[in-house]
Amino acid sequence: MAVFINSRADEVNALLKGDIDHHNAPAMREAIDEAVELKRPKVLNIDFSEVTFMDSSGIGLVMGRYRTVNALGGELVIKNLSPQSYKVMRLAGVEKIARLEKIPQEEGKTI
Amino acid sequence: MKADNEFRMVIESRSVNEGFARAVVAAFASQTDLNIEELSDIKTAVSEAVTNCIVHAYPDTVGKIYITAGIYSGFRIRIKIRDCGCGIADVKKAREPLYTSLGGDRAGLGFSVMESFTDKLSVRSAPGKGTSVTMEKIIAGRPGHEK
Repeated sequence: MAVFINSRADEVNALLKGDIDHHNAPAMREAIDEAVELKRPKVLNIDFSEVTFMDSSGIGLVMGRYRTVNALGGELVIKNLSPQSYKVMRLAGVEKIARLEKIPQEEGKTI
Repeated sequence: MKADNEFRMVIESRSVNEGFARAVVAAFASQTDLNIEELSDIKTAVSEAVTNCIVHAYPDTVGKIYITAGIYSGFRIRIKIRDCGCGIADVKKAREPLYTSLGGDRAGLGFSVMESFTDKLSVRSAPGKGTSVTMEKIIAGRPGHEK
């Protein structure tokens, strides 16, 4: 399984593992949506610390989860993006819809 | 121009091959003096191109995807990903950021990623005749070159 869900009172934490691409994203989407629909959380945390690769399927995954959680009045938090995942996410302006925590630091400057 | 080294392979348009294709191209590209970011860029761009073949070119069938890559003068990597699928009627529109002919969770950023993560992208396509995507990545770490 490529996603580990751990829910507390009003938060759902989803830890993604491995590569996020068009092949793997649907299973991740289903697992997260199932937890969100069940818990209707105030905050959905998606943790990328164990993601080994991400293409634009990861953007689709995040955008889609934003729509789901936003419709329920919740907030989306994206954690621990690798430099590669962050570079892909930035193309889509994901920082406009989700709170990003622990983003990669560029050399010599704070983002 | 003749390549220093090149390879070609044919894969079936099954989504499980997305990871396989980007791993093969990345392993080949690793013969150059590229850094981790450049390697990630290549993997990401290849993943997008191969996904397009699977999702768009052959939506209801399993077809062949032809991948060739070459290294030129030690610092230029050219990757060509071709299919014989349905083709794209309006390439300009397909390349627009956020445009997708599908819905759901497709972000419509495949070509945008390829364009941003490589130094050159060209797309040739005709309806019914398939699509050919050629990308070039310049490796900045080559001798005497400062990025």
